[in-house]
Amino acid sequence: MIVYILLIMMIIGAIAAIEMKDLISSVIVVGAVGLALSIVFLVLKAPDLAITQLVVEILCLIILIRATLKKDLPFSTTGRWFFNTTVAVVFAVTFLILGFFCLHELPHFGYPVMKVAKFYLDAGLSRTGAANLVASIILDFRAYDTLGEATVLFTAVVGVMAVMRKRGRKKVDEEIGEND
Amino acid sequence: MTRDKYIFDDTKGMTLIVKTITRLTVGLILLYGIYILLHGHVSPGGGFAGGVIIALSFIHIMLAFGKDAAFSRLSKETAAFFEGFGALAFLAIATLGFMGGYFFLNFFQSKGEPFRLFSAGIIPLCNIAISMKVGAGLFSIFVILVLLKFKTKGK
Amino acid sequence: MLIYFLCLILFAIGLYGILRKRNIIKIIIGILIAEYAVNLFFVLAGYRQEGRSPIFSPDQDILNMVDPLPQAIVLTSIVIGLAVTALIVGIAIRIYEKYGTFDVTKINRLRG
Repeated sequence: MIVYILLIMMIIGAIAAIEMKDLISSVIVVGAVGLALSIVFLVLKAPDLAITQLVVEILCLIILIRATLKKDLPFSTTGRWFFNTTVAVVFAVTFLILGFFCLHELPHFGYPVMKVAKFYLDAGLSRTGAANLVASIILDFRAYDTLGEATVLFTAVVGVMAVMRKRGRKKVDEEIGEND
Repeated sequence: MTRDKYIFDDTKGMTLIVKTITRLTVGLILLYGIYILLHGHVSPGGGFAGGVIIALSFIHIMLAFGKDAAFSRLSKETAAFFEGFGALAFLAIATLGFMGGYFFLNFFQSKGEPFRLFSAGIIPLCNIAISMKVGAGLFSIFVILVLLKFKTKGK
Repeated sequence: MLIYFLCLILFAIGLYGILRKRNIIKIIIGILIAEYAVNLFFVLAGYRQEGRSPIFSPDQDILNMVDPLPQAIVLTSIVIGLAVTALIVGIAIRIYEKYGTFDVTKINRLRG
C-alpha cells in the first residue's frame, strides 16, 4: 500500500518538475522524486539499491545545481506552441495505451517467474561464500556486466574531460599566431 | 598544522559555521564509506555505494573549504592514479582466474567461513578495486565540472 | 497490475518532458525521470509477495526471497545513469558557454 502512495507522490513531483518555471526549483523537485524512489526501493526489499540510489541522487543534485546556478531562461511561448504540445501529448498517450495492452502478458505483481534466480538462490552461498546475493551476482556470476560498467564510467570521465577542456590545441596555436 | 589555515581563511569557501561542522563530520563520512565498502559481501552496500560516499566526502571538503583544501588531501594526479589503478586491479583479478580455467573464476580454494569479514574469495578484492575506480572517477568528474569557469559570451 | 501502469505513467511524463520542453536542463530532467521509471519497473517485476531481502542470515533458512537478478542489473544501471548525466551536463554547460542560452531552438539561429 505504501508503494502506491509513494508512486503517486513521485508522479506529482515529476509533473511539478517538468512544468515548473524556475530552473533551480525544478532541479530540487527532481531530487525529491529520487529520494522517494530510494524509499520505494527500501520498501520493495532492495536495500543495496536504496543506499546506492540515495548517494547517487545527492551527487547528481550537486552536479545539476552547478549547471543551473545563475543561469535562468525566461519562459517563452513563441513558436508553434499548440502543435508541439499536441504532438507530445499524442505520442505519450499512444505509448500509454500500447503499454496497457502489453501489461496483460506480464506475470502478476508479487508472483515473479524466477527460473534464472532459482539457481542463484540454491547455489549462491555454497559457490561464492558471500551472504549478500546481489554482491555475489554482480561480482561473481555476472561479473562481465560490472566490467562493462567500469568501461562506461571510464569513457564518461574521458568524454567530460574532452568536452570541458579549455581550448582545442589547434585554436590556441592560431590565436598565438595572430597575437604575434 | 598546515591544514588548519583553511578554516580561518574567510576569502574562500563558506562561513565559519559550515567549516566547523564540516571539520567534525567529514571524517565520519569517510569512515562510513570505508565500512560500507568492506562489508559489501555480508550486508547491503558494496563497491559502488562505498566509492560514491568516499568521493562525496572529498566533495564535501571542496564545497566547504574551497579547492585548495581538497587538493591538499587528494590531488588531481592521485585521483588519476587511483582511477587507473582500480581499473587495472579489477582486470588483473579477472585475468588471474585463468589459473583455474576461465575469466572471473573465484580462484580461492577455501572461501572462508560465510558471514565473516574474510570470506567470499575474490568479492571483497573486487569491491575495493571498483570503489577506487568509482570514487576517483566521480571526484574527477566533479572537479572538471566545477573548476573550469567560462566567460559567457552572451548575445 | 495497477502499479505497473503507474510506473508507465511516470515514464510517459519523462517522455513528454523530453519531447516538449525546449530548455536543455528540462530535457535532462525528463531523461532522469524516465530512467527512474525504468529502474523501478525492473525492481517491481522481481518483487515477491511478503518476500525477504536477498541476504542470507546465519541462523535461519529464508525461503521466500525476492528475485536478486533485477536488483543486480539495476545496480549497474544506476551508476551508468550518473555517468551519462554528468556527460550531458558537461555538454550543456559547453553549449551555454558558446551560445549564451539553454534554448534548443535558438542554437541554430545564433550560429550564423
